[in-house]
Amino acid sequence: MTVDTTAASWVDVAYLITAICFIFGLRYLSSPKTARLGNRISAVGMLIAVVATLSQGIVNWWVLGSALIVGAAIGIVSAQRVKMTAMPQMVAIFNGAGGGAAALVAAGELLKVFNANGTPTYDVSFTSVLSAVIGSISFAGSIIAFLKLQEVMTGRPITYPGQQIVNALVALVILVCWGLVVANVPNSLEFFWIALGASFVLGILFVLPIGGADMPVVISLLNSFTGLAAASTGFVLGNNVLIIAGALVGASGTLLTVLMGKAMNRSVTNVLFGAFGAIKTSTAAGGAKQQNVRSVSTDDVAAMLAYANQVIVVPGYGMAVAQAQHSIRELADQLEKRGIEVKYAIHPVAGRMPGHMNVLLAEANVPYTSLYDMDDINPEFERTDVALVVGANDVTNPAARSDKNSPIYGMPILDVDKAANVVVLKRSMNSGFAGIDNPLFDDPKTVMLFGDAKKSIDGVIAGLKAL
Amino acid sequence: MTVHLLAELTVFVLALFVGLEVISRVPTMLHTPLMSATNAIHGIVLVGAILVAGAADAPFNAIVSFILVLLASLNVFGGYTVTERMLEMFRPKAPAPKAPADGTK
Repeated sequence: MTVDTTAASWVDVAYLITAICFIFGLRYLSSPKTARLGNRISAVGMLIAVVATLSQGIVNWWVLGSALIVGAAIGIVSAQRVKMTAMPQMVAIFNGAGGGAAALVAAGELLKVFNANGTPTYDVSFTSVLSAVIGSISFAGSIIAFLKLQEVMTGRPITYPGQQIVNALVALVILVCWGLVVANVPNSLEFFWIALGASFVLGILFVLPIGGADMPVVISLLNSFTGLAAASTGFVLGNNVLIIAGALVGASGTLLTVLMGKAMNRSVTNVLFGAFGAIKTSTAAGGAKQQNVRSVSTDDVAAMLAYANQVIVVPGYGMAVAQAQHSIRELADQLEKRGIEVKYAIHPVAGRMPGHMNVLLAEANVPYTSLYDMDDINPEFERTDVALVVGANDVTNPAARSDKNSPIYGMPILDVDKAANVVVLKRSMNSGFAGIDNPLFDDPKTVMLFGDAKKSIDGVIAGLKAL
Repeated sequence: MTVHLLAELTVFVLALFVGLEVISRVPTMLHTPLMSATNAIHGIVLVGAILVAGAADAPFNAIVSFILVLLASLNVFGGYTVTERMLEMFRPKAPAPKAPADGTK
């Protein structure tokens, strides 16, 4: 083996600096105090890489420049304007854009080889199909995730007979085409395009049967996919910074996906293929079964809270939908004025994105020191006078502890039912996203406050002030 | 497998381990910003997009090249902006709840 003594170009050194910036950027995310600095270090790294790349005998300036500027404008403006509650959709769209770009880069590199009448090496053909496939799945999957989260299409799982067989067939088509491209059969480029198209279809098909409540898992999985697609593109281009950055993202997405699965006591396979919550698609029967619920007025709740010593707020997706986080903060301020301790219990899968509730409450200026993870807050419920459940359902369902027949049996939950009193804010008696009855609502110490969460909370605040 | 590919695989595997190590230290409360931050980082594919679309032997016509760079650019700029917005909201117990944490933005 000979030692390569060619001088490294300064561009490669710049890429190395970028990789270091990314790692430090993520490292600084370990504390809210340093997290912003981390994001900026990472952004500087990105800038260095882009500038270094632009210095490498680039032509087509007009196309490049306009695309860069238009992309930046759309990205920055939409990211600035989007409401905090719509964050998951926004992240999904940017993720899809990255996946699509990775697929196109791989396609472009392969095309280059063919345009020059060359034969791609096995390394290049294998990895370019890989990034095209993963990137394309991520692109299509992200679009479906976006449509589901934006409620353009139903958040319920969409299932049909033979779904898994159809998916398996599409996957088979991809694998066969992949093999043919690597084997470099005549017209292998056509098989590449078929693989790309089939991956797009597979991306759509695989997100369709996944319900809205499982979106945190899907989003982090798709994020991981785009990372791996970028890394694979790095192999195609022989570019280390793409490989390192892609690997970092892939690792992060995978870790988060596994964590989310654990928080629901379900395997990732079950989330992806279980079509969770599909069984009761159209039944509003949840209400018929649960008739022992006690409905109260906002003034009743205000009185209950006013004489409490400790209140724990349990936010869920309903809070995000109603944009109730600011009202909750105001309510907490009112309670704290009366010397009542207010804490927030955050279930790992509450909402539509890992940590979704934390971001929303942070937006409403709730100090992160008042937010507690499940394991830290659960022992507290026994000492709590009122647990205020705002638009959360399945994560508080005691059936997960006791009912072996419940689909969510074994899922770690917030022990809301151990509090002295429970107030559940809900739009209606319909069952939660997973379509499962919640015995918490039948509990004699539970009262229900029906209606839009924000309006209900505002009513409670008014009631408190009048006391 | 070429020596070159093996070297790249080594880099990839080591980066995976660094990623797992670094990311396992991120607290649950910051998982949304983490996702958003890593989402921005895979915008690095912009480098690939520029290399492909800006090469003298660019394989795509202007429209496809434009879309390619546009997608990657959207990922980078949108990703960092969203992350920045999320992170600027995280603050410890604020004495004056209505005042922004600092002057920026």
